[in-house]
Amino acid sequence: MTTKNRPLSPHLQVYRWQITMVMSILHRATGIALALGSLVLVYWLASLASGPAAYADAQALLGSNLARVLLGCVSFAFFYHLSNGVRHLVWDTGRGFEISQLYRSGYLAVAASIVLTAGFWLLVL
Amino acid sequence: MSLKSPLGQVMGLGSARGGTGHWWSQRVSALALLFLGLWFAAELICLESLGYQSLTTFMSSPVNAVLLVLLVATLFFHSLLGIQVVIEDYVHHAGLKVVVLVLIKFAHVLAVALGVYSVLRVGFGA
Repeated sequence: MTTKNRPLSPHLQVYRWQITMVMSILHRATGIALALGSLVLVYWLASLASGPAAYADAQALLGSNLARVLLGCVSFAFFYHLSNGVRHLVWDTGRGFEISQLYRSGYLAVAASIVLTAGFWLLVL
Repeated sequence: MSLKSPLGQVMGLGSARGGTGHWWSQRVSALALLFLGLWFAAELICLESLGYQSLTTFMSSPVNAVLLVLLVATLFFHSLLGIQVVIEDYVHHAGLKVVVLVLIKFAHVLAVALGVYSVLRVGFGA
């Protein structure tokens, strides 16, 4: 079959961005980010199991400015994937597929992830 | 040899021969992670410090240690299911796809083993 160079659907160059498609892409992107972020969790646990000296090294590494920014991003990815994941679970019951409902639940999930991330860091720090 | 009848083996599996197993496992692990993830976030807030002493005391509690083990195991199970789909979507070369899928599975099992062993070691008071 010679099916190369056929146009893709949807046409990505002219496709109008909507919150529904952006959130869908973000769900996958945050999922990949969280897969990498969970390796940090394991590194953190392994350093704790390796004793106080190894844990002090991990604390220094995870406490650096770059790591703080990355951990902030991972925490947002976590709360976004969690909020939008609940949206997916509701869809799995067959509910919420009207366009107006899709937009409302979408904005709600984005708002929830921002509030949860901000609340988490306010309480932790 | 399976004792299941040929009909029993294919029932509900459809033309993809995988059935709804992957989809269902993803949903159930998602629900578990909803609870375990929020529990972990709440514990991070409640811990007075993230110092060595504070954390080892936290993890010496059986309930905390068990929930952490479940969190690590469920997290990487859910991650494996998701990353597997990403690879199946974007890696088109058949041979390469199998290689990457196996490597990803090895990496996830390694991460689970390391995480669970670490929690247990701290929990049992290393």
